[in-house]
Amino acid sequence: MAKTFEGIARELIALRIANEIPDGSYANLGIGIPTLVSNWIEGRDIVLEAEVGMLNTGPLAFDEQIDQDLINASCQPVTELPGSSYFASSESFAMIRGGRMDYAVLGALQVAENGDYAGWNVPSANRGKLGNIGGSMDLSVGAKHLFIAMEHATTTGEPKILKRCTYPITAKGVVKKIFTNLAVIEITPKGLVLKEVAPGLTSADVQSVTEAKLIVDPDLKEIGL
Amino acid sequence: MDKVFPSLEEAIKDIPDGATVGFTGFFTCGNPIFLTRALAKHGAKNLTIVVMQLGVGNEEINDLLKNGQVKKAICNYPFYRSFSRRSLFEELLRAGKVECDLYPMGTFAEKLRAAGAGIPAFYTPTGAGTLIAEGKEARVFEGKECLLETALPLDYGFVHAWKADRAGNVVFRKTARNYNPDVARAAKITIVEAENIVEAGEIDPDLVHLPGVYVTRVVKVERPTINVTIEAPAK
Repeated sequence: MAKTFEGIARELIALRIANEIPDGSYANLGIGIPTLVSNWIEGRDIVLEAEVGMLNTGPLAFDEQIDQDLINASCQPVTELPGSSYFASSESFAMIRGGRMDYAVLGALQVAENGDYAGWNVPSANRGKLGNIGGSMDLSVGAKHLFIAMEHATTTGEPKILKRCTYPITAKGVVKKIFTNLAVIEITPKGLVLKEVAPGLTSADVQSVTEAKLIVDPDLKEIGL
Repeated sequence: MDKVFPSLEEAIKDIPDGATVGFTGFFTCGNPIFLTRALAKHGAKNLTIVVMQLGVGNEEINDLLKNGQVKKAICNYPFYRSFSRRSLFEELLRAGKVECDLYPMGTFAEKLRAAGAGIPAFYTPTGAGTLIAEGKEARVFEGKECLLETALPLDYGFVHAWKADRAGNVVFRKTARNYNPDVARAAKITIVEAENIVEAGEIDPDLVHLPGVYVTRVVKVERPTINVTIEAPAK
């Protein structure tokens, strides 16, 4: 079994991403770690879009706040905020494909150094050419900046950041940055640039659980939280 | 024009075997559960169902599957979120008892919108270079590879509304709107189950979400009680 590193918690990966999204942005958050980003942007001037057909999605709803007619794209009950709006699914994806989302943050099973990523079909699940695509392919081609949030390696230490994806891809050449428990990596025409590492780790540690070659930024920092 | 029907049974009784029926709803939200239950009782077979997802928080669609009424599902989210759990739909699929056409969510919605807008086909960048591009015409526009996708017309569309007037003008509530306007526009015959029915003139024309021209029939239903969760109930 490969060596594994713990790195930072999922909540802190989400915090790091929240720090990367400037005020005045429209953003869409996928299922998993991306959803946690919403916990860090209360009070920020960031408008979240939900594929179900809502802009300015508020915090999660609990108890008496829960309204069965008000969910986010992960089917969690949410709340309205001043300035929220509702619309049809076709309009939701018109604004996504139409380039209105400044940022999309999605999970992934694999990311490759050419900016491809895979997130909808695991060959071992043996579902052939079928899988839960949901809104991922539309967000991938439509968002101005596509960020991937995920654990750096599998639970057994196998790399998920690869030279080329081996799983069916969600989109080609679209990923701008990868945020993991171990590192922040930028995808550039030259290759993967290691920008930040988790406290206590070296660039060699991160490379040891990354299949693709990492170019270490001369200005390498600790993950900025 | 009075589009109100006296009962769910009356409103769906002409649905023939082999029909293509569209269902609104996003996970647990805005599903036309009363019309779907009525369709399970009605028993039309060999149906092509057009629905976002299968099995997750949607027992009514499961009833159609259990009854063997479904030949094919056209969807964008066919399985449970977990890779290890299998829904009834997945079991039927693996047994070769149903077929499945899969599209990305935005393409799925646009296929419905296009059908309602008289657009037979369109190009979209979504899915280019992926498995779903196989067998589809690809062309480059403005430097982006795009796929040719066709409209998805429905014989019947099932819609869940918060409020409708007798002329078929409809208002939805919050995110229960989701696919409703798209399913309604794509269908030859659109059947609306409405939690509230009012007289024509009682909905401010400026606040109509779906104009009555897209609505064929309206039926009054109770406001359902929905458990907002993505996990299927424990058996």
